[in-house]
This record gives sequence, C-alpha cells and structure tokens, in this order.
Amino acid sequence: MSDIMKPAPHPSPLTQPYWDGAAQGVLRVQQCAACGKLRHYPRYLCDACHSFDVTWKDCSGRGTVHSWMVAHHAFHPGFKEDLPYTLVVVEMEEGVRALGRFTGEAPRIGLPVVIHFTAGSDGFALPAFAPAAGSPEA
Amino acid sequence: MALRDKAAITGIGETAYQRGATRPATALQLEASLLAIADAGLAPGDIDGIMPIGTTGASAEELATNLGITDLRYTAVTPMGGAGGIASIQTAAAAIQAGLCRHVLIAAGRNTSIAAKVGARIHAMPQFHLVTEFELPLGAIAPAQLYAPMARRHMELFGTTSAQLAEIAVAIRGHAMLNDNAIMKKPMTVADHQASRMIADPFRLLDCSLESDGGAAFIVSAADRARDMRAPRVLVSGIAEGHPDSPSAITQRPDMTRLGIAKAAPRAFAMAGVTPADIQVAEVYDCFTWVVLCQLEDMGFCAKGEGGAFVQGGRIALGGALPVNTHGGLLSQAHMIGMNHVVELVRQLRHQAGRAQVAGVEVGLATGYGDLGDGALMIARRG
Repeated sequence: MSDIMKPAPHPSPLTQPYWDGAAQGVLRVQQCAACGKLRHYPRYLCDACHSFDVTWKDCSGRGTVHSWMVAHHAFHPGFKEDLPYTLVVVEMEEGVRALGRFTGEAPRIGLPVVIHFTAGSDGFALPAFAPAAGSPEA
Repeated sequence: MALRDKAAITGIGETAYQRGATRPATALQLEASLLAIADAGLAPGDIDGIMPIGTTGASAEELATNLGITDLRYTAVTPMGGAGGIASIQTAAAAIQAGLCRHVLIAAGRNTSIAAKVGARIHAMPQFHLVTEFELPLGAIAPAQLYAPMARRHMELFGTTSAQLAEIAVAIRGHAMLNDNAIMKKPMTVADHQASRMIADPFRLLDCSLESDGGAAFIVSAADRARDMRAPRVLVSGIAEGHPDSPSAITQRPDMTRLGIAKAAPRAFAMAGVTPADIQVAEVYDCFTWVVLCQLEDMGFCAKGEGGAFVQGGRIALGGALPVNTHGGLLSQAHMIGMNHVVELVRQLRHQAGRAQVAGVEVGLATGYGDLGDGALMIARRG
C-alpha cells in the first residue's frame, strides 16, 4: 500500500445515494420518477421530461465493454504502484455507462463484464469490472 | 450569416515560448497583449473589450488595470478550455457587430513550470466536477487518460492505427522545425513515435502536446475599422462553437468518436460560404494527435473513420493538399491553449509566415477543442 493516498470522491446530497449503493456493492443510478428514464452521472433534471422528481434504481451489474484506456504513467503519485492499470467504459445493460478498473486480462469492445467494488481512499467503494462467467476471457 | 466578414483579426502577439519561464502567467499575458495592440497599430487605451483565456492568467479587470484602460465596455469569458480562444472571437465579433465595443483584446498567459500541472488544474474547474467525483478516484486524472477511450474506440471501430497517429506528430514536428519560436525542433520519424513510451494507451509520449510557458493574444475589431490598420486584413468569414452530447463526461457520450466541432462546422462553413475543399491551410487544435484526426473527420475533410488514411502520405504536411499546423501546433511549438493557432492563421493570411508560408493562401481555418469535447471553428480569409 502506498503512503500517498489516492484522491477520494466528495459526494454531495445529489450524489450520495450512488455512493451508498457502491458501499452495498451495487451500481445505483438515478431514474426519473415521472417518465422512468435512467440517467448517470447524477444530475438535477431529467433531460427527457425535465422533472426534478427522482428515484434510484439498482442496476444488474452486467454490461459490455464500450472502450478502454491503459495507464502507463501516473498523473497522481497515489497511482504509481498500480501501473499499468486499465480502466474500462462499460455500457450497462440498463443503458447507462460506468467507468471502472478492469480486473481481467485484455478488454475488447463488446466483452461481457460484471461489476464488483474495490476499496478506495477514505473508505469509498469504487467500481471495477471482471469478464462475465461464460465469456472466453473469464 | 450575420457575422460573415463583419469582424477582423487586426493584431497578433506572442511571447517567446519556453519551458521553465520565471515570469508569472499574468506578466506573459500582458507582454503578448502589448505586442498584439502594437501590431494592430492601436494604443492600449483604444481597447474597450477584454476576454481573458484559460485559468492561469489574469481577469479582465486586472488586465484593464495594468493596461490603463479607463473605459472598458465589454468583458466575457468562454470557459471551453482550448476551444475558448475561438469561441471568444465569436462573441467578440457579435459584441462588435452589436455596437457594444470596438476593439476586443483576447489574451492568454500560462506558466506551467511554476503552477499546477494539467492533471491537477482541470479538476479545479467547475465544468469538470462530475469527472472529478466519479472518474478521478479511479485513476482517470489527466486529459491523456480521459481522451484515450475515444481514440481507442475509433481505432477498434475503424482500424485507425498508432502509425497513422504518428504521421500527424511527424508532419507537425516538421513544421515546428521551420519556426524559430517553437520548443520542440528535434527531427522526428514515425519510428521515433512508435518507440516513444506509452503514457495512456493508445497515446504514446509523442501523441501528447507539451506543457509550456508563454503568452499569446490577438485583437478583434470591426472589419471596416481594420481597413485603416497597417497589416493586410484578415476577415472572420465563418465562426461557430459546438458542444458534444453529454458535454460533462466523455464516458456517458452516445458517440465518443464525434466531437462538438461536428455541430459547429456546418454552421461555420455555411456562414463563410465555402466548403472544406476551399481551405488552403488548417491550424487544428492538437492537444493529442487523435484529436486532430477526429476534427478533420468532423469538419468534413473526410468521412468518419477515414481520418487515418487521410493523414497519411504527407497530405497534412507543407507541400501537401492540406497543410496542418504550419507553426508546429501544441504538439511541437507550444501549448498555448490554441491561441497560437489563431496567431499562425493570421500570419499565413497576411503572407507573413516565413519559411512555413503556404503560397498564395487566401482562405484558411483554425479550430479549438477543449473541456472534454467542446469545439470551435473559425474560417478566415485575406481581405
């Protein structure tokens, strides 16, 4: 473990339910209470019907890789010991996207993945993705 | 079309670009401002509009105080990162056309040697707050890391290769070697690019622009006033800004291979009454090689997915069909938030671009890109 802390998130009342979900091991995203549209990252208005009313939905955690990046240079000293690390952009089956650390070997577009959460700074749970059971990469 | 040929860039100024500058950003911004004002044949007191660029220099008030401007009539900021310089020309032209002011100073200064690096700087900007909360803790910190998934998806969908991205870096380095005010002048080959270390795959070191110090500024004036000034006129013929879907987070963008400039380009070309085939020189914002390729596609120089082939074979080098970044760009001249792209376009259209002059150029463009995909485009002509 590095002595240098990684940056921690700073939740607001708007985003706290997401982080509460993460702490429970689920991807929790906003759902418009008026028209039902899902949205992520958290914001005030539904962009479809402009309602402020919101509920929160727990996603299945299943999705497919949309794109990725492999970090070979640490732009913050807290990540030096992790190099190289891969972040995947995942299209969740509910339609929103999530970013997370990839814990498999090599990603590809369309690779089925499942979310899990890992411990970050200040006790926050951060999303990570592993190849889904049954995929060739699993 | 209301702004077509109504405004002109009448003055340009830039300091020496370097690394390790000891003077603060505001001093560099003021030095460039004085150069631009003098280049326009104006005195500081003639400036009645100020638009500061970037997050590292001074406010309009502080610039006005230093310049002794006593009747400042218009100030605005366009918080669009590297698209801010050209987006500012749009609002300056509109303000001038509306009669709010006569001469707008647009000025940037940066000293990244004594201030925070970009990975820290951007997360202090309010428009990045979602990225700062949801992506920074995962290790998506610097622009190289935030933009890499756009390039990766483009490569996977369209077969774009790192060697094609290298062609962009090599062409632009070749132009920097002709520029006395460029930081990176060592010759570069595709092999050099391919051997450079990986930063944020697919971006290698030589896909990335510089962190550099200096100041750049220009003056926007009414086109009819520009007639009296000493340099050849450079008219703003077409100008527009565009914002991508999901402007606050690339991760959530429906199509992450399409930038805001895709929306701006049809408006700018229609305003100017020209097409991409009429463009003789293009100064294209180049924070990363792939961002150049994507903008060329989004502006219609080639179809989506064909940018890799488009930049091959010397097409974007001097002597090719579309010389790009004849000054050396952010990749090899200096990262001056795209202000140097506007300065270079004006030099080209004045036919004062020295060894990098495109012969007989009459129409060219400059682009800006920033803040996760915002775009701006100016088509200018010699008039």
